[in-house]
Amino acid sequence: MSSPFQKQETKMVPVPSHSIVPERDVDKAPILECRHLGIDFGGLHAVSDLNLAIGRTEIAGLIGPNGAGKTTVFNLLTKVYQPTRGTILLDGMDTAGKTTVQINKMGIARTFQNIRLFSNLSVEDNVKIGLHNQEVYSTASGILRLPSFWKKEKEAHERALELLSIFDMQDMADMKAGSLPYGAQRRLEIVRALATNPSLLLLDEPAAGMNPSETAELMENIVKIRDTFQIAILLIEHDMNLVMNICEGICVLNFGQVIAKGTAAEIQANPAVIEAYLGKKKEG
Amino acid sequence: MKKLNFKSSLDNWLTYAGVIIAFVVLQLLASAGGMSSALKGQLVPVCAYIVMALSLNLTVGVLGELSLGHAGFMSVGAFSGAVTAAALASAVPSAGLRLMIAMIVGAVFAALAGVLIGVPVLRLNGDYLAIVTLAFGEIIKSIVTNLYIGVDANGLHISFLKNTLQMEGGKMIMNGPMGVPANTKIATFLAGFILIMITLVIIFNLVKSRSGRAIMALRDNRIAAESVGINVTKYKLMAFVISAALAGAAGSLFGLSQNTIVATKFDFNTSILVLVFVVLGGLGRMWGSIIAAAALTILPELLREFSEYRMLIYAIVLILVMLATNNPTIKGFFAKIFKRKGAEE
Repeated sequence: MSSPFQKQETKMVPVPSHSIVPERDVDKAPILECRHLGIDFGGLHAVSDLNLAIGRTEIAGLIGPNGAGKTTVFNLLTKVYQPTRGTILLDGMDTAGKTTVQINKMGIARTFQNIRLFSNLSVEDNVKIGLHNQEVYSTASGILRLPSFWKKEKEAHERALELLSIFDMQDMADMKAGSLPYGAQRRLEIVRALATNPSLLLLDEPAAGMNPSETAELMENIVKIRDTFQIAILLIEHDMNLVMNICEGICVLNFGQVIAKGTAAEIQANPAVIEAYLGKKKEG
Repeated sequence: MKKLNFKSSLDNWLTYAGVIIAFVVLQLLASAGGMSSALKGQLVPVCAYIVMALSLNLTVGVLGELSLGHAGFMSVGAFSGAVTAAALASAVPSAGLRLMIAMIVGAVFAALAGVLIGVPVLRLNGDYLAIVTLAFGEIIKSIVTNLYIGVDANGLHISFLKNTLQMEGGKMIMNGPMGVPANTKIATFLAGFILIMITLVIIFNLVKSRSGRAIMALRDNRIAAESVGINVTKYKLMAFVISAALAGAAGSLFGLSQNTIVATKFDFNTSILVLVFVVLGGLGRMWGSIIAAAALTILPELLREFSEYRMLIYAIVLILVMLATNNPTIKGFFAKIFKRKGAEE
């Protein structure tokens, strides 16, 4: 299962808004574009002047030391916080003033650093809640059990099992989500996010708490998800093995500011990044 | 491995079956004369309280918000139902049909009250919501206490604060603090049974549908629910209004089973009483609410022979039951029994 992950080199090309996207995506507008994005909490510039573009089928990484503002960027993208400055363009559309719910309908889905499942419900129901805006019927037809209920519920059931099968979790469909092992809970969050049919998937530390073989499997699955659904994925991760192997473009944050952007090789050689992670070399 | 969905379906069918069996047995017992008249008089109120408990369980157990003003909706339902039934006394001679109309009117008015209070209040959470719903219950009580409604050949007359009704003949239906002094008791045990069944169908089917899942998603994790595109206000309001409408229908049923109803009957104590049914029966567990509501409504009647010690014993029983249902040893004992039963099936 834990076969060593086969890394593939992607050629990255520069685009406007000071960023790079994979060469295959360059003809199409980027799925996400942040321009001079920033947010203040009181006097603290939690994120400032973030410029970022993500290609349509890119796997991008957002890394940085603890407290750098990575999760804040996710919260800005999903409008948990409204940005103080700058714009976020999703598929070319301005997202100013949108709510979290509207952002999800526009195509961003996310997972959470501290797992947020509907823990009293079954695994299948968790995925079906993700399908909320995909398999739509009215409350009345639900209560009266009208034909549209049966039709849509059957579709939702099949779709849920299909999505769960990405991670080989269809056998767990009837289990209580809160009673799943930790790794499975993380995977279920990804499945639930995928159920909302996103064009950009945000993963907040997907490999946290996983052992090396689980991480290797996760890496394969992230690439598989990108290839199957043809979506963009932006992930926050501390596991450098994962980031350097699957992320095509990497953005490094420190104290709310972008200190480096580029491919894995460029990032690894960047002195500012090394300094942020390891501290300054002692003089003399 | 726990088969969650199968288990909950089984629970639902057993609940339907249990209610039907209980109805048939009690009906037979009542017609065979094996029931005291005091107990017979309790049948309809028990049904009303069961529906109250079920509807509150939708708010507290399924939506996960604490409401302390549920009796307010019962009050709205009881008085609008009583007024409807009295106003239609000559127009609709069939008591059964009149009861049905009264219950629907009660449900509609309570639902309106639910929307009215729900829209501003459901932006709050937890304790804040509980406090505002508590205030709502008291406001309803004050409004009803000051309402005068009469009916004559020209139709309904309404006045507020003072009795300034100018009627030619006709009769008073609601007389301010006196409430509805001369009610016609048209509520029947059959109607109560049907209302319980309708309530169960609505709640069970809602919970096992797209909207119900959205409501439970809000309960389990609001932030995650928003992140998958669930409209928080819409589904909170939906659960709240359905709960209010069912409480309104229960209020109508209850009101029409009494000779007189006054607003003070539906005060804070009643809200708490219904909450006790729900907590005792288990949050989100409908059969638990039914059993708790039935047992705790009848218990004070059965304890009548202890006269002044009645409420004391009631309180002790309540505490013992709470202790027992939270005791891991006893819980484990019952779990074992049910497991064995499950294995035999």
